[in-house]
Amino acid sequence: MNLTWTLVIFAVVMILIWRFLGSYLAAVYEGRVRYLRFVEGPIYRLIGVDPEVEQSWQRYAGSVISYSAVAILVVYGMLRLQGSLPLNPQHLGAVGPALSWNTAISFLTNTNWQAYSGESTMSYLSQMGALAVQNFASASVGIAVAIALVRGFARRGSPTIGNFWVDLVRGVVYVLLPISLVAAVIFIGQGAIQTFAGPVTIHDALNHVTQVIPRGPFGSQEAIKQLGTNGGGTYNANGATPFENPTAFTNFLSIVLLLAIPFALTYTFGKMVGSFRQGVSVVAAMIILFGAWVAMGEIAEHGTNPAIAKAGLTFQPGGNVEGKEVRFGVSDSIFYNVASTQTSTGSVDAANDSLTPIGGFTVLTGMMLGEVSPGGTGSGLYTILLFAIITVFIGGLMVGRTPEFLGKKIQSKEVKLAALGVLIMPIVVLMLTGIAVSIHAGRVGPLNHGPHGFTEILYAFTSMANNNGSAFAGLNANTAFYNVAGGIAMLLGRFVVMIPCLAMAGVLAAKQAVPASVGTFKTDTPMFTGLLLGVILIVGALTFFPAVSLGPIVEQLLSRKFF
Amino acid sequence: MLVQIRRAVVISVIFFLLLGLAYPAVETLVGNVFFSHQAGGSLTANGSTLVGQQWTGPKWFQGRDDPDNPGATGSANWGPRSEAFVKILEARIYLLRSEGITPTADLVTGSGSGVDPDISPADAYAQAAAVAKANGLSHGVVRRLIASQVVGSQFGFLGNSYVNVLQLNEALARLH
Repeated sequence: MNLTWTLVIFAVVMILIWRFLGSYLAAVYEGRVRYLRFVEGPIYRLIGVDPEVEQSWQRYAGSVISYSAVAILVVYGMLRLQGSLPLNPQHLGAVGPALSWNTAISFLTNTNWQAYSGESTMSYLSQMGALAVQNFASASVGIAVAIALVRGFARRGSPTIGNFWVDLVRGVVYVLLPISLVAAVIFIGQGAIQTFAGPVTIHDALNHVTQVIPRGPFGSQEAIKQLGTNGGGTYNANGATPFENPTAFTNFLSIVLLLAIPFALTYTFGKMVGSFRQGVSVVAAMIILFGAWVAMGEIAEHGTNPAIAKAGLTFQPGGNVEGKEVRFGVSDSIFYNVASTQTSTGSVDAANDSLTPIGGFTVLTGMMLGEVSPGGTGSGLYTILLFAIITVFIGGLMVGRTPEFLGKKIQSKEVKLAALGVLIMPIVVLMLTGIAVSIHAGRVGPLNHGPHGFTEILYAFTSMANNNGSAFAGLNANTAFYNVAGGIAMLLGRFVVMIPCLAMAGVLAAKQAVPASVGTFKTDTPMFTGLLLGVILIVGALTFFPAVSLGPIVEQLLSRKFF
Repeated sequence: MLVQIRRAVVISVIFFLLLGLAYPAVETLVGNVFFSHQAGGSLTANGSTLVGQQWTGPKWFQGRDDPDNPGATGSANWGPRSEAFVKILEARIYLLRSEGITPTADLVTGSGSGVDPDISPADAYAQAAAVAKANGLSHGVVRRLIASQVVGSQFGFLGNSYVNVLQLNEALARLH
């Protein structure tokens, strides 16, 4: 009954967010809202940008890369120098080179893969000034690229696709910062920790236990971690830690925040290309995938945990409670983890590693479909638009005519760019997993044995190449091999999708519209939604079915074996 | 390209000041004015209600089978078909039975955070008889004590009802 009410209220809240945040985002990126001029104006003057001057796709992409390269160096430098910098009450030393490289790339690419434990590795300055800054910036970069691609569809014969610096600043100033300011207060009011006072030592006179409790200004980071689909926790246990996610209400709020922008951007898309129905046909595909995966996860986790049953406790009325928090319960825990792996958030409020085999299959394959249901802030929209281009191409092949999408002819260049953007992720995942299981440095990583250990490795590279950042956390990933290989996976998974998207935006923006004829395949219909779903599922299944068979599927089928 | 890199450097400084320092500073100020108890870590005289502790039964109510180390949070990450995990569970079930407690799924397993401060009401009631006997209290008194500590689902539909182990044991200590 609780779950039914949760889902009903969730649906109402999401519809309101989709409609109103979606149209607000369109107004922000079309430059129609200006009430924070006094904040953005001085920023443009300081960086020497005229907000009225737009960029070609090449210059836009160059700006994305310039900002990203500088940001990697800044984060890397701050982590390496941590021991000499202020706001470090635990006197933590410098972060090692391999881990700093991995972490800098991880936060810059919106992945937030964490091969470290926050409470024993990162100072307050590193958390706030290095990592949380990238939580804002990487999310804003993602939205900027998605908006640039949407402008490509919306414009006719235009040499430019917008100004990256303006999009970056407006995303932060008008969207991410105001919502975070409010959400963080709710988190703190519910119990999220927010103090500069350093760790506290408390002795319990009742049971003679003495605890040293690390504290920090983390409620503020929690808000943007969810809203920006980043997912990087300040504590090792991430959203399971009561100091990050204190109540069932903050758990619900987290789910809403992390889905808000990815879903709302489909409304923005429809509004900016002048077709409400086009936005609906895309969001419908997202909702169907999201709903199916939530259902699969809920059913799996309300089953029994085989290890607990084997140990003699067959009565498990609540479902599989290992690795889950009592205050959330099984239903809300798996809902959060599915939402977090279907977006590129990757924060967890329960241990993915301890899910049932089908529960593990759910979180793993949610990422393998390319993070499009609804995906990350911006990355979800631009990735599903790549799939949409593949879909109209296949639709065009079926009827034997040049495909069109939103009045733009889709020719060989566009299809090549879309195929590159869609295929880079599976290539990276499968090749790096193959390397990891073939060499000693990769095989020493997993905690669990048998197929579950293989899933830990496969999950790690799937998570990093999709810029998700969640983990089957039994894997010991803080090794030179996993840090370096993971860094490469995250960079490729981010920029080899982004750059083709910007190139596509440039090519499409320059084109004139062709008038629709009777032969035009309509892309704002349920038929299109169905075809799009088919393409996403077939691409995902063809690329990953063999690998997944060796992991969760065989683990489920070997129902009496333990490893 | 050099122009873009100069812009990237300047905006990194601006973001550091605005998002990295000003934003958390404002939130800390607001948090400490309006929610100083929560912002400081929900501390009581004996610990934090948001950080689990090791309690030895049956004199005290016990929580989840967690390490309860706030300096190293995280789940044990045992897979659902791990032989090593089965052995740990069997030992825990044996220990609880030897203390006169009927094992429940929450009490024999670990949590996601490794510092779960709560148990379900059913987990608390499962310990009631053993706790009452060890403390020389009547069964009814202990059951009423548990009932007074139960927190229901938030707003009636979010999450599960639970009992905070630290608050329950502090209430138990006050009975003496």
